[in-house]
Amino acid sequence: MAYESSSYGGGYDDSYEERPELRYGRDAEQQEPDYDTNFVPDAVQSFVVYLYRYIREKNVYEILQMYELNFQKLSERMFKQSPWPAAEAIAPYVDNDHVFCLLYRELWFRHVYARLTPTITQRMDSWDNYCSLFQIILHGNVNMQLPNQWLWDMIDEFIYQFQSFCQYRAKLKTKTEQELALLREYADVWNVYGVLNYLQALIEKSNIIQILEDDKDGGTNFTAQNGYDFQGGGSNVLKVLGYFSIVGLLRVHCLLGDYYCGLKCLLPIDIHQPGVYSNVVGCQITTVYYYVFANLMLRRYVEAIKACNQILLIIHKTKQDHQASSQFQQILKKNEQLYALLAICLSLCPQGKLVDETVNSQLREKQGEKMLRMQRNDEAVFDELFSFACPKFITPSPPNYDELVNYNQDAYRLQLKLFLSEVRQQQLLSSIRSYLKLYSAIPISKLASFMDVDEPTLRLYEDGSSYL
Amino acid sequence: MNIQIVARILVKALMALPAPDFNLCMFLIPEKLQMEEPFLTLITLAHFLETARFRDFWDEAERNRQILEVVPGFEQAIQRFALHVLSLSYQRLPRLVLAEAINMEGLSLDKFLEHQVVNNGWSVEKAPGGGQIIGLPANEHNYPELKKNIADSIPLEHVSKLFPVLT
Repeated sequence: MAYESSSYGGGYDDSYEERPELRYGRDAEQQEPDYDTNFVPDAVQSFVVYLYRYIREKNVYEILQMYELNFQKLSERMFKQSPWPAAEAIAPYVDNDHVFCLLYRELWFRHVYARLTPTITQRMDSWDNYCSLFQIILHGNVNMQLPNQWLWDMIDEFIYQFQSFCQYRAKLKTKTEQELALLREYADVWNVYGVLNYLQALIEKSNIIQILEDDKDGGTNFTAQNGYDFQGGGSNVLKVLGYFSIVGLLRVHCLLGDYYCGLKCLLPIDIHQPGVYSNVVGCQITTVYYYVFANLMLRRYVEAIKACNQILLIIHKTKQDHQASSQFQQILKKNEQLYALLAICLSLCPQGKLVDETVNSQLREKQGEKMLRMQRNDEAVFDELFSFACPKFITPSPPNYDELVNYNQDAYRLQLKLFLSEVRQQQLLSSIRSYLKLYSAIPISKLASFMDVDEPTLRLYEDGSSYL
Repeated sequence: MNIQIVARILVKALMALPAPDFNLCMFLIPEKLQMEEPFLTLITLAHFLETARFRDFWDEAERNRQILEVVPGFEQAIQRFALHVLSLSYQRLPRLVLAEAINMEGLSLDKFLEHQVVNNGWSVEKAPGGGQIIGLPANEHNYPELKKNIADSIPLEHVSKLFPVLT
């Protein structure tokens, strides 16, 4: 489904902000929330008409305005507690364009997840929608330029809904018979392999890994043009989705507890350099957050600290710019989580020189007291901070539908347990470490007398400590 | 899920120590399963190794030969790891400690020591009161003076990038 550049007679001066209904004041459109999803208010009608036009014209700037600002404004004003009109209802206004309807439906479901609680049918329908959308992008010939923000949000939301579904599926206690039947029957929906396959397919079909390689020698200018493709009316959708899927894979593997694999997937992107990922703030923060977390679990504390420091500085400098954005709350939350992770890393692996002064002062303010307690081996604090900062882990396999117990916390509990046993091992060693710093060589008997333990026990501690 | 295959992977992961492979595998195995055999034994073995309780390790390993002998080279890999740990902590250590760590005694240990003395720079001395003291070769871990302090030095490549600007 190709969009040719403008043969539409509208003209560029006919912008969304100038449309007639606005001239009579915003309150002219005030309505009671309407649950009839087939009714299309005028505001929505103009929204889709203009959005459709801008997409056909590949006017990326205007698309972004509509997507970022107007969609949020209309949601806030008219759909605070209800869904947008159904895709079938708006389809006549946009020439029944198949791809546009898929995109609209994606926004529709996103809105439901954000403002309402999705039903099981809606969850499954959303999966179907993503399947159709990705199929068309992978195998059809989609010729559009969409803003990177939108494309990132698509991948982000895709994984978020997967996560949400796994959590939902594992809470068996309150399920009705009908829900259980649906879950049993449609085992393919939000199946972990399906999710991973789509992300992998986007990466492979777009050839993004090769493109990033070529970028380094200047063969292509993917990064230089921020992913957009202006030569010969190209399309950025597949390539950029492939790019963001790399981050997507890192995230999914971390949620499953496979940290090593996640980091391997991220290799094509160098987070120590700016790139397409750093131009979408949500993407940058997500990427570095999962990178830090994976390194923490792999015990690569120094690497985690460095990356934490880097991203916290960036957030600190750019926070103000995003105050108006719909993502602001998310950014703040991740900021707090990253400080918690940094506190944990520094308590396990003191490295004064790696942390910037600005970050350090913020850290002392937010986590100073907790860090003191962690240094005194207070396990409860490790537990608290880890639980606050960790992602919402998931168990990839479907639960046993016959046992009506809630499984959703299992994955999290496992990761927490393993993390705390790591911490406990490290506790034994901090005292030895301090003695070993003083002496270049010390007979075991002397060290034993300092530490007030007998020799064989000390040997164990010592061997254990040098190994770690 | 094929328990046998997973168990074998875990044995290989133990052999990969000091790499964190075993721990990484643990993240992926559901908690309930970890409490069943053979996983419980493997986790105990891993714990002994990580806390350097070699005597306990070899005892437990002996009791569970059937899980471990399916993977060839297990014993050698663990011995290699034990030696690695010892070389990090000790400049000199009693023969008894070494014997316990690599589960060798008597003639085979003597032969092993000879081999190391000849090839790897070990030394064997007589200890006061009988027994032997083994000296391990110097490396940056057991002789801190050897540790290159790179914290404050800047590699030449970075500095050379400044030269065009400075002149």
